[in-house]
Amino acid sequence: MPKDGSVVRLDGQGKPLWLVLELTYRCPLKCPWCSNPVDYARDARAELSTSEWKRVLREGRELGALQLGFTGGEPLLRDDLEELVADASALGYYTNLITSGVGLSEDRLRALKAAGLNQIQLSLQSSDRELTDTLVGARAFDLKVKVAHLIKAHGFPMVLNVPVFRQNIGQVADILALAEQIGVDYLEFANIQYYNWAMVNRDELLPTREQIAAAEREVQAARERLGDRMTIYFVIPDYYEGRPKACMNGWGSIHLTIAPDGAAMPCQEARIIEGLEFPTVRERSLAWLWNESPTFEKFRGDAWMSPTCRSCDEKERDFGGCRCQAFLLTGDARNTDPACSRSPHHHLVGAAVARAHAPGRKLHPLVMRNERNSRALSSRGCPSAAGPGAHVAAHAGAESGHV
Amino acid sequence: MNDTLAPPAADERYVLNPMYLFRWEPTQEAHVLLYPEGIVKLNQTAGDIIERCDGRRTVADMVGELQQRYPGDDERVAEGVYRFLEVFRAKGWIRRQA
Repeated sequence: MPKDGSVVRLDGQGKPLWLVLELTYRCPLKCPWCSNPVDYARDARAELSTSEWKRVLREGRELGALQLGFTGGEPLLRDDLEELVADASALGYYTNLITSGVGLSEDRLRALKAAGLNQIQLSLQSSDRELTDTLVGARAFDLKVKVAHLIKAHGFPMVLNVPVFRQNIGQVADILALAEQIGVDYLEFANIQYYNWAMVNRDELLPTREQIAAAEREVQAARERLGDRMTIYFVIPDYYEGRPKACMNGWGSIHLTIAPDGAAMPCQEARIIEGLEFPTVRERSLAWLWNESPTFEKFRGDAWMSPTCRSCDEKERDFGGCRCQAFLLTGDARNTDPACSRSPHHHLVGAAVARAHAPGRKLHPLVMRNERNSRALSSRGCPSAAGPGAHVAAHAGAESGHV
Repeated sequence: MNDTLAPPAADERYVLNPMYLFRWEPTQEAHVLLYPEGIVKLNQTAGDIIERCDGRRTVADMVGELQQRYPGDDERVAEGVYRFLEVFRAKGWIRRQA
């Protein structure tokens, strides 16, 4: 008898196995770690139409895409979501809805089920009502818990996604208990990655190494207690790893993200890299964007790598880490990701950690994701590392010489 | 709790974990399992077995069908089916029919 099943090769054999559609940047929440571009409000070009998204779905399947994520912003703000899910299901995608839960009524759940939606990933920020509502800038906690129960009642597999940062890292045990009570299948504690809004608020959000270790111990204990009743992921922030993450399994390797305006990107953050162009599906076919666009070609293979990476025996494992992080922290996307201890810029990561936890550091309010802040930040010309206020401007000097 | 860890038996039936989507994928020329945040490409025999985890066939039925499909060494096929079912269940891909 032949061997066990194997995971699809990491290089995807040249296919964009994972297609992510950011249907809109509109969102009822104001999360200060949002991964949407900081300047989303300045550049609100028209969202793709239903028929344009359908063309993307069709062309994606032709290219071999299998996993499909509907995300945003809040994808439920598109009233054609059910129609797009039905189309995607008919095409053979495994369809994932990534949502805050706001707007997920019982009627819409029923319609999404009928449309063939496979899975729902719901975000939850805390086990505490007041903290949740403060963090997301809206009264959302009660609604999220209600929606979580509804999702289970309608028979959807559910991933509960908990973005982890300093404000909620002490609540891991309580969140686990809540997830258990809801009957969550997959619980993902994802330490946030520091780009876009999270980068603006990095000093306030970054947990300490000790906090992460304590949280990880809670997760381990829960895994032993729950066995295979719940699968628990714990993603630690790469600032503390010493090795970079194998970001997106490599640039232009298996991931393809389409922004609300149709721009094709190798990941949801890629637009922060200056000097790259992001043509849209309105101008080009998905096949051209994936196979031929200079932006997707740019960091494939290893020819672009710095000598640090090109000579590294781990380059096949982590592909030099994250291009966006390399750009954000060093000003050059070709550099080794500074999260790597072999990077000549690794000290920047340590400095960021030290600054965030410097004794006596003046605390600042979180910069919430909203239109006013978006316009204010984008008018400063540095949508990534700079923020409103002297504290962030000082960092920009230290870290973002490129601006 | 413990009986779920017992090895597969001839009169049992298995079903796919409802969280998983199993189908033939032309672009991979293989059966695939799709689930939240994951893709597994199955080789032919893994696909043959999971295809038969339909809640109707017993393990004995499954063995019989696959022995016909892969004639020559019945014992090896039978052992393989039992071993695979155990592995797939441990991975959470399939469940024992209640």
